[in-house]
Parts: sequence; structure tokens; C-alpha cells
Amino acid sequence: MAVNNAVLMRRDLLTRLSTLFYSGELELKVDRIPLDLRPKGVETSRCCVYKDRAMLRYKVMALLGFNIRDEIDELTPLSDYVKIAKERTELSKEPLTVVDDVCSACVKVNYVVTNMCKGCMARPCMSSCNKNAIYFEKGQAHIDSDKCVNCGLCQKNCPYHAIIYIPVPCEEACPVSAISKREDGTEVIDYDKCIYCGRCIVSCPFGAVMEKSHIMDVFNAFGSDKKVIAMVAPAIGGQFKAPLGHILGAIKSLGFDDVIEVAKGADLTTENEAKEFIHKMEEGQQFMTTSCCPSYTAAVGKHLPNLVPFVSDTLTPMQYTAQIAREQYPNDILVFVGPCLAKRHETFCDENADLMLSFEEIGSMFVAKGINVGTSEAMELDTAIDSTSRGYPVSSGVMAAVNAKIAGRVEVNPLVINGLDKAKLKELKSFPKGCSANMVEVMACEGGCVNGCNVIANPRVASRQVGEIVKNG
Amino acid sequence: MSKKLSVTICTGTLCYVMGGAELQVLEEYLSPEIVDQIEISGSPCLDCCNQDGAGKAPFVKIGDKIISEASISKVVDAIKEELNVE
Repeated sequence: MAVNNAVLMRRDLLTRLSTLFYSGELELKVDRIPLDLRPKGVETSRCCVYKDRAMLRYKVMALLGFNIRDEIDELTPLSDYVKIAKERTELSKEPLTVVDDVCSACVKVNYVVTNMCKGCMARPCMSSCNKNAIYFEKGQAHIDSDKCVNCGLCQKNCPYHAIIYIPVPCEEACPVSAISKREDGTEVIDYDKCIYCGRCIVSCPFGAVMEKSHIMDVFNAFGSDKKVIAMVAPAIGGQFKAPLGHILGAIKSLGFDDVIEVAKGADLTTENEAKEFIHKMEEGQQFMTTSCCPSYTAAVGKHLPNLVPFVSDTLTPMQYTAQIAREQYPNDILVFVGPCLAKRHETFCDENADLMLSFEEIGSMFVAKGINVGTSEAMELDTAIDSTSRGYPVSSGVMAAVNAKIAGRVEVNPLVINGLDKAKLKELKSFPKGCSANMVEVMACEGGCVNGCNVIANPRVASRQVGEIVKNG
Repeated sequence: MSKKLSVTICTGTLCYVMGGAELQVLEEYLSPEIVDQIEISGSPCLDCCNQDGAGKAPFVKIGDKIISEASISKVVDAIKEELNVE
């Protein structure tokens, strides 16, 4: 994920929330956050300092885990939301919330006539429009937004290139058309379609699509008399400039009672997926796809029903790790630490895992607590874990692990789908009619989990680092 | 040839989280001629984040100069300025 000001602002807000939590002043000072970030007299990013502060306040609300559309009015201070969050025992089912007042900045109609319009006599824009949406005023063309259906014919036909296309970034990024405008111009997410890939979060230039963070719920867990266990996804290995043992040790020092590598669960995924593959091939099944990317499995469930029989039944590394952790800690709180929204949703659905922290949230907590990962006390790594399991988060890593486990017992013709977009979804749809491979690895993010929607490190740097860990494992 | 210009990128956690992680690919944005004249290294902490008035993270040290809120483009410009190249 490319770093930009919207991303950095989110991290800044997370860090401020965590700092106030660790100093015990969250309720007391949370309402100051928007004012501290936009004090009187500073340059503002929108029309005025008050609008900026209001936007920041809504973003804090999302980070406290609230749906912004549930707000009654602005008179409820953030401290009240902190109080409610401290008492809550259940997470919101819908993982995303849209900051409406920011969101409405985007156009409703994608085509705009610029003042380059000459108001020509031919007026091909007008004659090509089937919806009668073009009208002329003061010698220039205009588009009636109530009639326009975004077909683009006017743009194609304008001899002066005077009509431009303005995208709505989130809609454009969504591979399954799950985000669209309501009457008032703000975006709404259709969870019957959403595959939790997180592209809308990453693509919105205003940072208006936000995950409802579990950070408050993790703070509540730290304050409870239960143990709090972190289950850390293997993509963490590439997130900081430090050896894996130091990263895990640093996570522990945030207040966790134990830290378990999700690579431990990946060992089981590898073993069972290899067994399942051999069995299915012997039964004569055409091909099998991996199942560890929850965004991909959501895409199959919601958009590619003909692929359902071909997806592996094997659980994901997170699900196996949560089973193992639950056996060890039957009554305690299990927090998955991972790279993306899809994993947040998977955590929500899992019967064993309780909460989820993103890498970004973990990073912000480090900053708040003044932890420098490189100089943290290292945790001893679990030597029983197979090194290939730590390679899962990079595209083709799952294939490599499962293929090594099969060890030639049946022939493997691999195919790696590196990132899901509209074209790849279409390609996948055709696989039951004919697929050149018999084993297909699918990861929704290009490059793998190291390119999840809330990672810290540059994905290429992270891949290299993960590769080193596997090699030295 | 004279001594190489040192470019030290802070890889401390604060800098890394606040956008410094991206600076790991700095070299890709520099011409081979410039790369030849500099020495890029990482520092576990340049000790700037806890000093008042040092500016905001991420930090990069170019020669003796500290760059705050360092981005790839800001660092590339500063290197070119130090080396006196276009």
C-alpha cells in the first residue's frame, strides 16, 4: 500500500488514541485530538479548521469501533463513545464505515463538460446521447445529472475532447461493484457483494472508508482479568526492520500474555491441504484451489458459485492457530494480528478468535508505548514450525509449502493467481469448464498478504524480508 | 574520488510506521551515477524523534543535515543538492 497523507493521518490518530490509553487519559483527553491536530491558525486541508476537526472526529469514532451513520448528532462527545466502547462486549458485524461528510466530495456523474466546449453546430454530444441528458446554456454543453447514465458516448463523440471522465476511486477499485452512491451522493457498501478486499479503503483519496477498529476492545481486554493472547500472521516478518524474534517480543511487550505465530497453524494447513489434494486428484477431481485467503473464499461464495466444489475444505492458518490457542487458553482472549480487512472479517466469523489488530494498529501501539522493535527483547522462535509456513504471506508461498509436502506423490500442475481484479474473477469463473492447472493458489492482493490493505512496509521490501526468514528458517 | 556522501535512513519503529518504511526503496529512484557517489545505510534510531524542534518523523540524515518528514522525493532532492547535480 502506498503511503499517503490519508494513511499517515490514520496512523497518527491511532497513535494518539493508544498514547492516551497507555497514560490512562483516554476518556479525559480524547475530545482534544481533533483540536490538537488542527489548532487555531494552522493551514487546513478543507474549507476551514472546523470542517477539518469534524472530519477527524468522525475518523476517531471509526477507530473507536463505531459506525459513523449511527451518530445522532455532533453534541455527543468522543469521551461518551469511549465510555460506550468500554462497556461493549460485542463487535459490529459490518467491518467498514463510511465518513459521509468526506465522501460526498466525489462526483455523482462521471462525465463533465469542461469550458473547452466550443458549443459547436454539429453538437455530436447531444445527438449521441440516448438519454437526452445534454443541454446547452450560454453556448456550452452541460450534462443533466438526473438523466445521465454514465455511458460515455458524449465523451467519445466530442471532436474537441472537451468532455472528461472523472472516476469515483473506490467504485473503480472495487472488483465486485459492492460500493455505490446513494441518493445523497455518499457511498454505501453492499455486504451481499463485498469480499473484504479493502481496495475501497486504500483507494479513497480522503480516507473516507474506514475499518471499525477493535483497538478499544483490545484495550478493554488488557484491563480485564483474563489473559490476552496474540496470534501473529506470518506477514509480520516483513513489517519492521528487525528479526522476527524481536518483532514478536515487541508485540508481547504491548501487554500480551503470550504470542503465538500463525505459522504454527500454517503447518496444519500445509499438511491437510496436501492430503486433501492427493485425495481429490485420486478421486478424479479436475483441480483444487487454496482456501487461505478469506477475500478469495468470499468472492467464491458471493460471486463464483460454480467454483465452490473446487475450493479446498482445509482451514486457514488463522483458524487452525485459533483452535490450538483456544485449547491452551479456554477462557482467555485471543487477538489475531494480521494484514487486512478480509482477515478482520475472518476473525469476526471464527468461533475461537475474539479480536483483530492490524499491522498498522500494532505499529501505532509500538509508537505510543515508545517501543523500538529492533532493540526489543527477542522472543524465542518456535523451532517446530516448518520454514515454508513462514513463507505463506508472499504470492506462491502457499503453493510452495503444499507442493513440498506432496513431495511428488501426485503430479502438481501449479497456477498462481496473484491478485484479484474483475478480469481475474472472470478467468476463475471459467476454470470449471477447463483449467490448465490442477492446483490453483489464489491471493486477493497482488504480491500476497505483504500487500494487504493495512500493512506498514513496502510490499517488495516485505517480500524480500519474508523470503530471508524462510531461507534461514 | 572524494569520500562518499552518507545517507542514513532511520529504521526506528516510529519513523518506519510514520512512512519511513517506504524509504527502503530509495535507491530505485536514483541514477547509477548518484548511487555511486553516496553510501546508503540504516540506523536503528537517529535520536531525532524525542528532540523538540527536530520536526516530524520520518528522519533521514544526509551528510550532517537532518531531513524531517522525509519522503522519497524530498530525500532525492536533498541528495542532489548536496552533490550539486541536476
